[in-house]
Amino acid sequence: MINLLVKDLTEKYGFEISAGGSSLNNEIKKAYIGDLLSWVMGRAPEGSAWVTIQGHINVIAVAELINAACIIVCENASFTPDTISKADSEGIPLLKTKLTAYEVAKIFVAENV
Amino acid sequence: MNFSYQVTKEDFSSAGDASSNFKRTLKKIGIPSNIIRKIAIAMYEAEINMVIHADGGVIEAEVLPEQVVVRLIDKGPGIEDIDLAMKEGFSTATDEIRNLGFGAGMGLPNMKRNSDFLKVNSVVGEGTTVEIIVNLV
Repeated sequence: MINLLVKDLTEKYGFEISAGGSSLNNEIKKAYIGDLLSWVMGRAPEGSAWVTIQGHINVIAVAELINAACIIVCENASFTPDTISKADSEGIPLLKTKLTAYEVAKIFVAENV
Repeated sequence: MNFSYQVTKEDFSSAGDASSNFKRTLKKIGIPSNIIRKIAIAMYEAEINMVIHADGGVIEAEVLPEQVVVRLIDKGPGIEDIDLAMKEGFSTATDEIRNLGFGAGMGLPNMKRNSDFLKVNSVVGEGTTVEIIVNLV
């Protein structure tokens, strides 16, 4: 079975790509919601789509450590310019959506993530 | 094999770079991913603590046949009460730091949870040395 890919979130659900366009074929194996970096780093499963409202540069190191499939900021939060450039160089997709974390979670449930 | 990294005070733009670099190195060496994750989490927490609380410092990492040793040596200000600092939820971070998603009081507990040996030596006014050991076998 083919799992959900990062690009499916853009093509099917209209998530906006902010960075990391070279890695949109990353597979979303799991999903995790959280804004406390230590908490996320310690508990998010490998390969997760990480849903947060944090858009500052330190999310990139955390995403690298958990091998995140992508970072999604919800409710129209935004990524800072240094976050975007670092994500591009590390190949980590950054996505934006106006949806709440709860609504994003419902998509993952519907997609059997 | 020995590796060394510099950490700069309050340089959030490169905070975590040492841990990310070391993680990539361990992957190249062929260390199992579950062990890499433990090392990377413990080291990242300690590295972030150096950025937030310390006046910068150095990280020395050593890959031995049976374990990985990471030593983080900072230049102060030191920890007044290490037992209190080890408690989950205790933090002296500012609101500004907390708004970035840090300062949840999980740093040292996360280090302990992800290491096989953790030793924290601190002298107020001088500095703190954190030694993290993760067994490979």
